Amino acid sequence: MPGLRIVLAEDAVLLREGLVGLLDRFGHQVVASIGDAEALITAVREHEPDIVVADVRMPPGYSDEGLRAALALRAERPGLAVLVLSQYVEQTYAAELLDGGGSGGIGYLLKDRVGDVSEFAGAVERVAAGHTVVDPEVVRQLLGRRRDPLARLTPREREVLGLVAEGRSNAAIARTLVVTEAAVSKHIAGILAKLDLPPAADDHRRVLAVLAYLRG
Amino acid sequence: MPPRTSLSALTRRPSAFLRSSWPWRSLAYLLVSGVFAVVVTGVIMIAYRFGVPLACGAAVLAVALLGLPAARLERRRLRLVDLAPAADPRREPPRRGPRAWFATRLRDPATWRDLGFTMLALLALWWIDLGFVGLATWVPLLLMSAPLQPSGEAPTSYLVALGGLLMIPLSAYPIAAWAGARALMTRAVLAPGDAEVIRSRARLVDAFEAERRRIERDLHDGAQQRLVALSMRLGLARLDLPPGSPAEAQVAEAHEEAKRALAELRELIRGVHPKVLTDRGLRAAVLDVAGRSPVPVDVDVDLPGRLPPLAEVTAYYVVSEAMANLAKHSGARRGLVHGRLRDGALTMEICDDGVGGADPEAGSGLAGLADRVAVADGVMTLSSPRGGPTSLRVEIPCPGCE
Repeated sequence: MPGLRIVLAEDAVLLREGLVGLLDRFGHQVVASIGDAEALITAVREHEPDIVVADVRMPPGYSDEGLRAALALRAERPGLAVLVLSQYVEQTYAAELLDGGGSGGIGYLLKDRVGDVSEFAGAVERVAAGHTVVDPEVVRQLLGRRRDPLARLTPREREVLGLVAEGRSNAAIARTLVVTEAAVSKHIAGILAKLDLPPAADDHRRVLAVLAYLRG
Repeated sequence: MPPRTSLSALTRRPSAFLRSSWPWRSLAYLLVSGVFAVVVTGVIMIAYRFGVPLACGAAVLAVALLGLPAARLERRRLRLVDLAPAADPRREPPRRGPRAWFATRLRDPATWRDLGFTMLALLALWWIDLGFVGLATWVPLLLMSAPLQPSGEAPTSYLVALGGLLMIPLSAYPIAAWAGARALMTRAVLAPGDAEVIRSRARLVDAFEAERRRIERDLHDGAQQRLVALSMRLGLARLDLPPGSPAEAQVAEAHEEAKRALAELRELIRGVHPKVLTDRGLRAAVLDVAGRSPVPVDVDVDLPGRLPPLAEVTAYYVVSEAMANLAKHSGARRGLVHGRLRDGALTMEICDDGVGGADPEAGSGLAGLADRVAVADGVMTLSSPRGGPTSLRVEIPCPGCE
């Protein structure tokens, strides 16, 4: 993937500098790194980045300014890709983000995931490419909530479902599970059928459909 | 512990109660009402002599002049049947002099309670007090007076008198009971201190919550950010080391350790204070707790906006604790959290289809919850028969919410 132009919003200086270094290491360019939500909106207008990576909690209120700014930006330019980092997994935040509309890629990840540097960089790239990435923890919680129809899924299908929700393509899922792509397609068709969801070719729509079902 | 009120003394063994000073103290307490009897008799005599209008004037004057001293007398006499000190709720005038004194008194609600209680004492309480003493001792005294009656025959009348003497201790019970009840009423009106204790406890809980929010924020801004940065650096270092080398193995181990520490810290911070509660309110926080539960839990919480912080945090802890119990002890297959705001009170109900038999006495968890709910002025009820189902219900007043 060619180098992405990224606007990064994170108030902890140590982490901000680290993230700039990390993204740089994977060949991307952080065109603006800022520490508060208002500056984020200005920076996006100025730099027109490929993707915004933002912390949920930022000054001045240290509440959810980052998330609100991200939602506002999406409303303003629906094609903008946004990856939100959160210190905790909150289904509510994830739901607000996914329900916010817009056509660009969207992601919600636990901040801890930046430790797995390659996977984190991968997630940034997937979101920038228009996919949806949702933290496995959120999926796990949603799976725990809606049990009845999900009980019909085989353990393998659940595993595949988790990876689908992370926004992975069939090829990537096949690599992770060490099976053929055809087998993955079969699993996914089975999942969608068991959950009464329309079959979808586009990864992004597929993820959203599954998540919408899980949140139900 | 020796009893501190005549009411608690009543519940002890009869031998202990009757030998104690409590019956005598109760009797003395009630007899003090004779003072009011004197005042009332005086007013009635004025009515006879000088007519009703003048008597009415005298009555008003008596209440106005004697109201405050009488209330002070009531507070002092409380000591006879209730050892807990009765604080004087009246405000101090800011300056010396009659003008400041009057201004303070007129604006102090305690003044009006004092006057009201004095009127009550003059109109009703004194004759009830004396009547109680009379009624309780009437039959025993009558029997004891048998030898003095003109018709008294020597042996029989002495036996009857002996019977009366034996009945005297029994009269101690109604006397102490009424004295105790009257003292409770007096304290509630003239020395209302308990409400303040509850309010100050609520303030304490608020202060604790503020402190927990601060700790949560400090951990979030400090240790957690540093650990994330550390984990990221270790992740980057791993990339630069040749795979399979001893150094890579060491760094990989350190990296995993850092990630575990981060996960533990995250759980710890969540326990200290749930961020989503502050940010998004009770419904979101309940959804979050329910989502974490290993037992599937349906959430049906519908609230109009945000509630007072104390109500939110109390209800949140109730739901968390109930969820923990549900997962650990109930053996339930399904749970339900129901929450509504009705008539200015938040009602939360947590039900499951488990084995029941939850005992508030056995574990400190439920008892602790009841304490928390009480501080928020709420009520907690638990229904958990053996064999289930279990239902835990709390009602917490939210004044000003509709």
